[in-house]
Amino acid sequence: MSATVRRQWRTFKWAAWLGWEMDSNWTEPALFIVYSVVKPVAGAFILVLMYIVFAAIGNYRDPAMFSYIYVGNSFFIFVGSTLFGTFQVIQADREWYQTLRYTYISPISYYTYIVGRAASKVAVGGLAVLITLIFGVFVLGVQFQMTLGSVPIFFVGLVLGLFCLVSIGICLAGVSFMTAKHTHGLAEGIPGIFYVFCGVLFPLTALPGWAQSFGRGIPLTYWFDLTRRLILPPNTIDSGLGFFSDLEILALLLASSLIFFLLSLGIFKLGEYMARKAGKIDMTTSY
Amino acid sequence: MEFAIETKDLVRVFKPSRKLLKRKKNPNGEGGSGEGPVTALDRVTTQIRQGELFGLLGPNGAGKTTLIKILCTLLLPTSGQAWVAGHDISKDPFPIRERINMVSGGETSGYGLLTTRENVWMFSQFYGVNSKVAKARIDELLHIFGLWDKRDAKVRTLSSGQRQKMNMIRGFVTDPDILFLDEPTLGLDVNASRVIREYVEAWVRKQKGKTVLLTTHYMAEADQMCDRIAIIDRGRILACDTPENLKRTIRHDTTFRLEVDTLRSASAFSGMKGVKNFSSKDDASKNTTSLTFILEDESAVSDILSAVQAQGAKIHYLQKSEPTLEDVFISMVGRGLE
Repeated sequence: MSATVRRQWRTFKWAAWLGWEMDSNWTEPALFIVYSVVKPVAGAFILVLMYIVFAAIGNYRDPAMFSYIYVGNSFFIFVGSTLFGTFQVIQADREWYQTLRYTYISPISYYTYIVGRAASKVAVGGLAVLITLIFGVFVLGVQFQMTLGSVPIFFVGLVLGLFCLVSIGICLAGVSFMTAKHTHGLAEGIPGIFYVFCGVLFPLTALPGWAQSFGRGIPLTYWFDLTRRLILPPNTIDSGLGFFSDLEILALLLASSLIFFLLSLGIFKLGEYMARKAGKIDMTTSY
Repeated sequence: MEFAIETKDLVRVFKPSRKLLKRKKNPNGEGGSGEGPVTALDRVTTQIRQGELFGLLGPNGAGKTTLIKILCTLLLPTSGQAWVAGHDISKDPFPIRERINMVSGGETSGYGLLTTRENVWMFSQFYGVNSKVAKARIDELLHIFGLWDKRDAKVRTLSSGQRQKMNMIRGFVTDPDILFLDEPTLGLDVNASRVIREYVEAWVRKQKGKTVLLTTHYMAEADQMCDRIAIIDRGRILACDTPENLKRTIRHDTTFRLEVDTLRSASAFSGMKGVKNFSSKDDASKNTTSLTFILEDESAVSDILSAVQAQGAKIHYLQKSEPTLEDVFISMVGRGLE
């Protein structure tokens, strides 16, 4: 193993360990397990309530639509946790723990460090997604139909989706080098945009033309659509991406993930350089 | 490599943010006073040899921390160049980071949910220190710095002094070639400060090639520990030599210290014949003024005493003393380090 690979692995491993300790170590293990189960289940009930409201307003009940909403929201858990996980690392280390300056001057890749810190958020998010789906299928009657042949595409899509999410998160982290602590709203606002434009709650076709075009420019739209195709039975809902085959969707997801990865490298490097130039690497906000 | 650290005409200017400038503008559109660019470092040129314990002595705001941040690759200079371990800090920061570490005093950094040992361990692993070596070093340092009993305590339960000691351990656990210590004893009690001073000195003296750049505004600390000292004020290095040689620069002068009732004004001493420079500091709790005079001519004492009495102030004590580093500083800039 070359020195560079060893260093990257070392950075990732210890950053992931730190992230996990901070995500899981705030309470007793038993309470943490209970919390990890109760939180997504409570979230599932909110979805049920949303569906009931929609159904009442539209005087229309469609189990396929409920499954559509449920699966989209389940996988959206990854978006919130991953983006927040990557964005808040710099802010938290700089402002709360005041360790950023020591981590930054250590011989690690700071980019990889942030990916490592986000890894635990992805893991915790993954557990929440799994619990939400299991609860949905066995308790709420969410339709689930996945063939064995779809499994590899599903996992490739999952990896690409997460890869893309982390890349977007690193772009935000690059921006956060230059921003004060009150800008954590950015990590909440961006997922909000994705929630509306990526077909999470309703199909892309429910949006006006310009919004559909915008949604098609976000890789997560393809990921959510692919995931639904693979784990839900065929339905009549027009997602707006029906003319693409599964493999074409996967290819689009791959291409857009690579674009966001390159963007993340550029934005992160630029943010780091500008912060080092402006003296903001270890800046603390005194309010 | 001859020098562990070298700087050439290093300049760092901090510009106020546009927002701040806008806020400070008065209704007539004129800029607010005193909010222009701040020159933290002004053409700093210095060379620090391998194996040297080098001190930067100066008051708060002199530019000490800015210089350390630049040398640690946290901050880019506005102009000029600097090399650490032979590498350019602007162009080649990574090889520098493999060989340095830094500890800042007076701060309470650390991950509260981790234990003392875990915090230090994690940083040792960022530097790729072998696990067995790291464990042995951490145990030894925990004993030396008096944190052994707190080794498994969550950092959130440590006092600020204990956190500072933990950070000292974090600095030493990676066994860097060059260690930057920014006010390492700030806010620590006498015993803890002594332990740190003794350990730092032993660490440099007993090992070949270890270099320490120490910033402090405690003159006794600089005097006791450092091989050479640079006196820095308002971003400029005013003098750089061994403590003895620095004090020798004012050996022809005489140092007098006085404590008197609080003076209305110390301006009477400015330009007084025979007075090279002086500093005054009021102590509101005791209602006194402490004065330090660097005299070219000892006979000026009588004029000083007359000037004090003219203000109706009582003299509490008058002492002729050996020059200290602070006296060197007063002699150069006309005020004390505090």
